[in-house]
Amino acid sequence: MSAVTNKDHAELAEDFNRDENRVDWHDETLWWIRQKRDRIVHQIPDWELLRETASQIKHNVLSNMHSYLQQFEANALANGVHVHWALNAQEHNQIIRQLLKDKQITHMVKSKSMLTEECGLNEYLAEHGIEVIDSDLGERIVQLAKEPPSHIVLPCIHKKKEEIGDLFHMYLGTPSNVADPQILTEAARQHLREIFLTRRAALTGVNFAVAETGEFVVCTNEGNADMGAHLADIHIASMGIEKLIPERKHLGVFLRLLTRSATGQPITTYSSHFRKPRDGKEIHIVLVDNGRSEQLGRPDFRNSLKCIRCGACMNTCPVYRRSGGHSYHTAVAGPIGSILAPNLDMEKYADLPFASTLCGSCSNVCPVKIDIHDQLYKWRQVLVKKGYAPTAKKIGMQLMAATLSSPALYHTAGKAGRAALRYIPFAINNKLNPWYKHRDMPQAPKQSFRDWYLKNNS
Amino acid sequence: MRVGLFVPCYVDQFYPNAAIATLQLLRKLGVEVEYPLNQTCCGQPMANSGFEHLTNGCNELFVKNFSGFDYIVAPSGSCVLHVREHLHDKDETAAQEIRSKVYELTSFLTDILQVKQLKARFPHKVGMHQSCHGQRGLKLSQMSELVAPQFSKPGSLLNMVQDIELIELNRIDECCGFGGTFCVTEEAVSVKMGKDRVADHVKHGAEYITGVDMSCLMHMEGILNRQQSPVKVIHIAEILNAE
Ligand code: SF4
Repeated sequence: MSAVTNKDHAELAEDFNRDENRVDWHDETLWWIRQKRDRIVHQIPDWELLRETASQIKHNVLSNMHSYLQQFEANALANGVHVHWALNAQEHNQIIRQLLKDKQITHMVKSKSMLTEECGLNEYLAEHGIEVIDSDLGERIVQLAKEPPSHIVLPCIHKKKEEIGDLFHMYLGTPSNVADPQILTEAARQHLREIFLTRRAALTGVNFAVAETGEFVVCTNEGNADMGAHLADIHIASMGIEKLIPERKHLGVFLRLLTRSATGQPITTYSSHFRKPRDGKEIHIVLVDNGRSEQLGRPDFRNSLKCIRCGACMNTCPVYRRSGGHSYHTAVAGPIGSILAPNLDMEKYADLPFASTLCGSCSNVCPVKIDIHDQLYKWRQVLVKKGYAPTAKKIGMQLMAATLSSPALYHTAGKAGRAALRYIPFAINNKLNPWYKHRDMPQAPKQSFRDWYLKNNS
Repeated sequence: MRVGLFVPCYVDQFYPNAAIATLQLLRKLGVEVEYPLNQTCCGQPMANSGFEHLTNGCNELFVKNFSGFDYIVAPSGSCVLHVREHLHDKDETAAQEIRSKVYELTSFLTDILQVKQLKARFPHKVGMHQSCHGQRGLKLSQMSELVAPQFSKPGSLLNMVQDIELIELNRIDECCGFGGTFCVTEEAVSVKMGKDRVADHVKHGAEYITGVDMSCLMHMEGILNRQQSPVKVIHIAEILNAE
């Protein structure tokens, strides 16, 4: 479920910034998580080696995707799991609807899965009369608020506890003006228990799928994936094809990296392995491509498929922290979302690779060493070449390039610019100049360095 | 050793003092410095905006101006990073040579000249802004995200300055939000980042904010001046050259 909007990142971020106190709070909350991450990664001396190892394991997977997928499928089938293949979001949604229809199930419980957000599954099923309840607490909160998640690990990080209290009061019958997390969590617990007990179908995401064994691992802190999957007759797992790892022994690397990077915990509270269905129950895996093979075929961007969705790049990103997840108007926000989204739709997401200062913190923090900021730079080149740059910008850049390619033009323009700043500042210091809105222009010196050099050195 | 001084376009136009200090500092250290008069810009503003294909003119000019030097030194981490990573030309051998010989000022002082002491005095409380391109791009100092030993090239130089008092910051290497054209295309976020960055320095009592990149300092100066703050920005070369 991506936010429906015609505004680009800059405009949405500007909206978000109207309430500066909220921006401060959002920034500090995420920074606090980033610091927790720092503390825990510094506790293990081999952190950088772990990152490198994970990156190489994923590199191997991406280079041999085809055979690992076949191996995974064969093993999963042998375990008695049903395997489905979906080329795109639409096929993914149809497959799931069909499975539910065959069993005449109209209510499903779902644990967190960003892939189903990417595919717009909830809305699709709602249109077809199937109710989906999200069982991850954060996801349930944004679901009640009728909003998409704003973060892949912390879906309701943009909401204050008072706002959550209001939502629970409205939908779950808690008293008004209650913001005590303990009371709210208890209310959610009672509400979800009822859901878990009555749903016959449960959908989960997949964090890691092991080609060697055909099993898959789902990581949650709330145990909600297990509750759903164990109580339901049919467990459907939605999985992006890049979630594969070759062998079981590699899990140790990724499980150590994932939650340290995400929240600063050593490991998720629950890392549940699903291998074969119990008697009388069914497990279905839907393997989804949805643009992934296309990204695999783009040499500059294929590394983005190494992503294990820890969210660390979002927590560290100074732009994300101050613009909020919804400003990215895509299911996966932040730095990683900005390199994944243009692959799906260049026109719609042409703004995202520009929503960065290229500070590089994301690449440093990424547990699988994705060169995120370099890919942002590369996407900019691709998008401009494909014609997705605003005309004004294009003209401005052409002018600038012409001026800077000629020393004579540059010296004249420089002089003129400085003169303008000194003698007619109102021509530059006005509302049409975005720099001037909240910042003063630099003071213009009488002479440039070159002028000084000519006078003092020749 | 013949060194070509590269002065980024906006430093040339708006902050000549940073360039003058760079030149004087290098000369004080016995380096033979020349300033090629026909230089303009490294092309980064276009490239980072996605118009790398419009940088050929700048590249060609850069190669023409800076071929043949033993080193090229600039008081800017960001421009140097751009040249190192993206300078290409018809004459690719010349371009490649320049890419390997271009240095940001402080790393040139620590790595090539191996400066161990400086005759400089700056009796003020100073906050050091780690510009991202210098720090993470050129690896001028240890980055807070990585698990690795601490070091700082600009920091080690500042520590040679007499009577300077370097302040601590809450967030040691948070981006200031300048980001080239980002500062106008994403005006709201850019300004908010700048305000926050400046506040961290102000809170810790800085009289000056310094760094290796005048562009970040220009952005923060714009914010400080709008707030009518007495805190000033100063390029690191001016401190290292101060007596
Ligand atoms: S790109 Fe890296 S840091 Fe960002 S979510 Fe993916 S794995 Fe985590």
